[in-house]
Amino acid sequence: MAIGVGHFLTVAAILFTLGIFGIFLNRKNVIIILMSIELMLLAVNINLVGFSAHLNDLVGQVFTMFVLTVAAAEAAIGLAILVIYFRNRGSIAVEDINVMKG
Amino acid sequence: MVLQEITFYLFSAIIVASGVMVIAARNPVHSVLFLILAFFNAAGLFILVGAEFLAMIMVIVYVGAVAVLFLFVVMMLDINYVELRQGFLNYLPIGALIGFILLVELVFVLGTRFATPETVGATGAPIPPLSEMTNTEALGQVLYTRYIYLFQASGMVLLVAMIGAIVLTLRERGGVRRQSIARQVARRRDEAVEVRKVTPGSGI
Repeated sequence: MAIGVGHFLTVAAILFTLGIFGIFLNRKNVIIILMSIELMLLAVNINLVGFSAHLNDLVGQVFTMFVLTVAAAEAAIGLAILVIYFRNRGSIAVEDINVMKG
Repeated sequence: MVLQEITFYLFSAIIVASGVMVIAARNPVHSVLFLILAFFNAAGLFILVGAEFLAMIMVIVYVGAVAVLFLFVVMMLDINYVELRQGFLNYLPIGALIGFILLVELVFVLGTRFATPETVGATGAPIPPLSEMTNTEALGQVLYTRYIYLFQASGMVLLVAMIGAIVLTLRERGGVRRQSIARQVARRRDEAVEVRKVTPGSGI
């Protein structure tokens, strides 16, 4: 049985589920939540590359690069917000982040 | 062919195991290190399907920039992580439930028919064979021509993120002497130099 797109989709599905699970499991730690989001984006990238190889289409790889760009920007902004939040409040617990009462 | 399968299963197993460790590790530094391991193995998977350029970008951008950024922040903030772990088991049932539901849904999706090269018809940009063109070259020829506007837009996204991160974290400290070039340049001779008439023998 050769490695097909189904194998890649399975790995990506497991990884995406792990990301969701991590967000629920570490409800208090924003840093782990951000890492879980990175895991989910990695799963999306694996999906895109798997389909790119499966359909013999380069566009999936181009799209993966854009996802990568957005992931890097998101991590930078998220961590910057985290740093100033910690500087102002001295805590990063998710329950304490309720200034805007959303 | 067997080698390809062994490699695939090895990389996938390490990715999934390190994904579990990212969300379950007690120490956030270990979480980041397992995240780096997951990225490295994903790069291995990308090489397996022939996306070499993306694999290298993955290592450079994710491991070299994003993960190191995470590591900096984890080590910089002085947080009691043990306290943050409390209630870990409280959230386990709901998290497991939602994760299970999502996984079942994804398995249903996997059970359906996929798009195949035949059903899709004309592909957007066919991958040229490796004998003609390397992956990097082919990617560049598509990215810089048909997707040039999206490429520029992603550059703008990065620029906005960079400016945003700097603006957010820049802090004006009080009581620090700083050089003011405008004031130095605007200084006139008559503000700086005073001519006094000195009488001999008395001093100023």
